[in-house]
Amino acid sequence: MHGNSTYQPQSKIGQWFEKRLPIGGLIHSSFVAYPTPRNLNYWWTFGGILSFMLGVQIITGIVLAMHYTPHVDLAFKSVETIMRDVNYGWLLRYLHSNGASMFFIAVYIHIYRGMYYGSYKEPREVLWILGVIIYLLMMATGFLGYTLPWGQMSFWGATVITNFFSAIPGVGETVVTWLWGGFAVGNPTLNRFYSLHYLLPFVIAGVVILHVWALHVSGQNNPTGIEPKSDRDTVPFTPYATSKDGFAMVAFCILFAWFVFYLPNYLGHADNFIVANPAVTPAHIVPEWYYLPFYAILRAVPDKLLGVLAMFGSIAILAFLPWLDTSKVKSARYRPLYKQFFWLFFAVCIGLGWLGAKPAEGIYVVLSRILTIYYFAHFIVVLPLLGIFEKTRPLPNSISESVLGSKA
Amino acid sequence: MTTQRILIALTLAASLGAAGAARAAEGTPVPPAQKWSFAGPFGKFDQGQLQRGFKIYKEVCASCHSMSLVSFRNLAEAGGPGFSEAQAAAVAAEYKIKDLDDKGEAIERNGRPADAFPAPFANDRAAAAANGGVAPPDFSTLAKARTYERGFPWFVIDIFTQYQEQGPDYISALLQGYKEPPKDFVLPAGGNYNEYFPGHVIAMPPPLSDGQVTYDDGAPQTLAQYAKDVTSFMMWAAEPHLVARKRLGFQVMIFLIVLSGLLYFTKKKVWSAVH
Repeated sequence: MHGNSTYQPQSKIGQWFEKRLPIGGLIHSSFVAYPTPRNLNYWWTFGGILSFMLGVQIITGIVLAMHYTPHVDLAFKSVETIMRDVNYGWLLRYLHSNGASMFFIAVYIHIYRGMYYGSYKEPREVLWILGVIIYLLMMATGFLGYTLPWGQMSFWGATVITNFFSAIPGVGETVVTWLWGGFAVGNPTLNRFYSLHYLLPFVIAGVVILHVWALHVSGQNNPTGIEPKSDRDTVPFTPYATSKDGFAMVAFCILFAWFVFYLPNYLGHADNFIVANPAVTPAHIVPEWYYLPFYAILRAVPDKLLGVLAMFGSIAILAFLPWLDTSKVKSARYRPLYKQFFWLFFAVCIGLGWLGAKPAEGIYVVLSRILTIYYFAHFIVVLPLLGIFEKTRPLPNSISESVLGSKA
Repeated sequence: MTTQRILIALTLAASLGAAGAARAAEGTPVPPAQKWSFAGPFGKFDQGQLQRGFKIYKEVCASCHSMSLVSFRNLAEAGGPGFSEAQAAAVAAEYKIKDLDDKGEAIERNGRPADAFPAPFANDRAAAAANGGVAPPDFSTLAKARTYERGFPWFVIDIFTQYQEQGPDYISALLQGYKEPPKDFVLPAGGNYNEYFPGHVIAMPPPLSDGQVTYDDGAPQTLAQYAKDVTSFMMWAAEPHLVARKRLGFQVMIFLIVLSGLLYFTKKKVWSAVH
């Protein structure tokens, strides 16, 4: 995907095929010869890890779908049958449910890395926006998937989230009835959620291809935030990036396996081991951990419609980041003030996540409001002003100079 | 960096204070952490304990609680109570299962290993009617369906200590948590006071007491021992492949650590040329 390939197949068959469909050249230019900045640190390995996790989710998901029954009377039981009677069904299911969490851990690291090093700035705006779209699709897929086991939290989570749309003035109730396929979350809801949960990962895969394509047009950002100027600034993808990504991927799998084998239900909710019951509401309805900051923002706003808008706005605002950040310098390495504000923003997101798991009462509501205001202020006030007032540190002349010192 | 540290410290302090306040307000003590044979990376079910727990289930719990996702054959499967297939079949034969005969007539036949444990009531509504309005929960996943609030910083520490036994700790504490209500506490009719139950009013009367179930392996016939045994059994019923999971986990861990070590040195060798 990067310029014209110089790839020449060795074999006669390879040459014959390459003339008709130059897929070998495409792979060669994208994953072998593709120049990557030589100074990438381990935070840059999460793109590869994310592709791997998408693969894990799709493969385990396809097999689980062979054993799952999307019906309100049978779903819970079919999941338990997978856990009890399908050969290694417990492994598939725990890989899939914990895999979703690992996917989100990786995507959050990937997003914060982009924010820290200014990876969203020119010429990578489209690449960044495609990433935000993938993130949104992931959130939708995760939510739909959490409904499928049809436990108490599945049911009530689905009820709460679909009810967001009832905040739309005038047609809200109609829209929600249409989404449910009835007058409450029920069998039609479960069926369509299952269908969409199966569809969306392939949509994600499609947007990932665009994301990688855009990446290979603009090239990767790097910790200095300055673009490669000569061949001395880059190394070929293979073997350099492949060996580094491979190591990071297996190291990440250790974390993954730690949860799958030793803490498989740590990231879930006990209530989801109780079969869905529309007549009994759980004491606290809490979404999966990866939605908690947004859930806190939703509940921080006293008005339902404004709360829903604030919640969606908190994600949508990410798409405008390339224009909200007015600084010409990309990397936080050379932005002493931005670096402080970045960590403050990070702490605010963790704080919102913690508040999202707490009941919406007393001090928690006050804290949620303060942190929600700061969340938006970071984008609307801090970033535009920093670009104007911040005194940045001098940039190195080139990537190779920053790595090897001025002797290079 | 210093602002950052102060911020983190403030966040932690605030959350600690809030967590403490929340717990005091509810007035529910934290269930004491028990030593479970199935805890930790090398945890295994204790066969004798599961057999004792099953005896308690059969003689006491099963008169109200169903366990519909567990089959008799599971009793003879690896990692469980260690019954032989003949023993599991004998247990099954003690039960009557509703079925249809060849003419389509409703009959009751003896249980077979492939049958699930039959429920004590015909349906949920009958179970609710016989138990003060709420059906006793099914045992199949109950040990994983119960928990208590860990709060900060415990929920972080739990990741490293692999603490996954909130459910068993809670259930074991609940079974031993029946007490006289405090003087100013108004106990509704049909309710029982339990220290560990959220809100303290539980419909289930104290199910176990010292000496109630006869053990034939010499284990102490005390409430504490009963609570522990039946809770272990419930954990097995909820997670029958726990032992296989932890064993495979250890093998996978060794494989991944060795492979990541090899890949690390490969990466180092590859990159040595450009550093």
